[in-house]
Amino acid sequence: MKAAVLVFPGSNREGDMARALAQATGHEPAMVWHSQTELPAGTDLVVLPGGFSYGDYLRCGAIAGRAAIMDAVRAHAARGGLTLGVCNGFQILCEGGLLPGVLMRNANLRFVCRMQHLRVERADTAFTRHYRQGQTIEVAIAHGEGNYEADDETIARLEGEGLVAFRYCDALGRVGGEANPNGSRNDIAGIFSERRNVLGLMPHPENLIDPLVGGIDGRGLFESLAAA
Amino acid sequence: MKARVIVTLKNGVLDPQGKAIEGALASLGVEGVGGVRQGKVFDIELEGSDRALAEARLRAACEKLLANTVIENFQIEI
Repeated sequence: MKAAVLVFPGSNREGDMARALAQATGHEPAMVWHSQTELPAGTDLVVLPGGFSYGDYLRCGAIAGRAAIMDAVRAHAARGGLTLGVCNGFQILCEGGLLPGVLMRNANLRFVCRMQHLRVERADTAFTRHYRQGQTIEVAIAHGEGNYEADDETIARLEGEGLVAFRYCDALGRVGGEANPNGSRNDIAGIFSERRNVLGLMPHPENLIDPLVGGIDGRGLFESLAAA
Repeated sequence: MKARVIVTLKNGVLDPQGKAIEGALASLGVEGVGGVRQGKVFDIELEGSDRALAEARLRAACEKLLANTVIENFQIEI
């Protein structure tokens, strides 16, 4: 598994992401600056880390979504290459046209930074094989604009085709109500592309890989990818 | 040539910032406000004097970057 982590001006989770990838795969990922036009040869997995690319100017992820490297990422994804976007990376994938919908301001207008339970919606993908379907995992969230929104048709398609990857839930796996931290439609925390080779999610699994800092529920995602 | 692009949220898209502003206006005693929707204004300086060309360029600018047409409409004034 050869991974490449993209770095934009204002990215700030690339170090955490690199650490999680190295732990799971045994190799340091390549760090790729946004102005590059090609991914390193043989890249299997492209990762867009969290942060505040371009200071969230215009709209979150809007400017990064149109960066030079993104043409190479779109080509990689179109070939079926694995692509992961976390937090700002998810926003960039939506703005860059790799995933449908948009991440809007949290419904309560607050930046939320806390631990959050998620329900794993399916365990038959390259990203989630090391989880069980319906499993509840606990990871961190830290975002001001994670309120997933799309038109009714898109939501129906995501649900109908099984493209919802994770939903916000409580410790018992119950979805909805207070467990939804940002007002996302259908409690959506992460979605897959049509072929399930692109995943975007707001929570930070890369921060839950070490028992020293609160848990290891994020490891499953990176172990799944390492085995993909 | 000077142009202005106005980007607004589509009808039906929830606007929590607009709601907060509406609440703040009410708390400041500004009466009669039935609703607030927040948008963006871009003042753009264009080269040349061909209006049709300018409009085409601004339309491209909106579709490529200035507006996210999933949730936003745009309006061009030249």
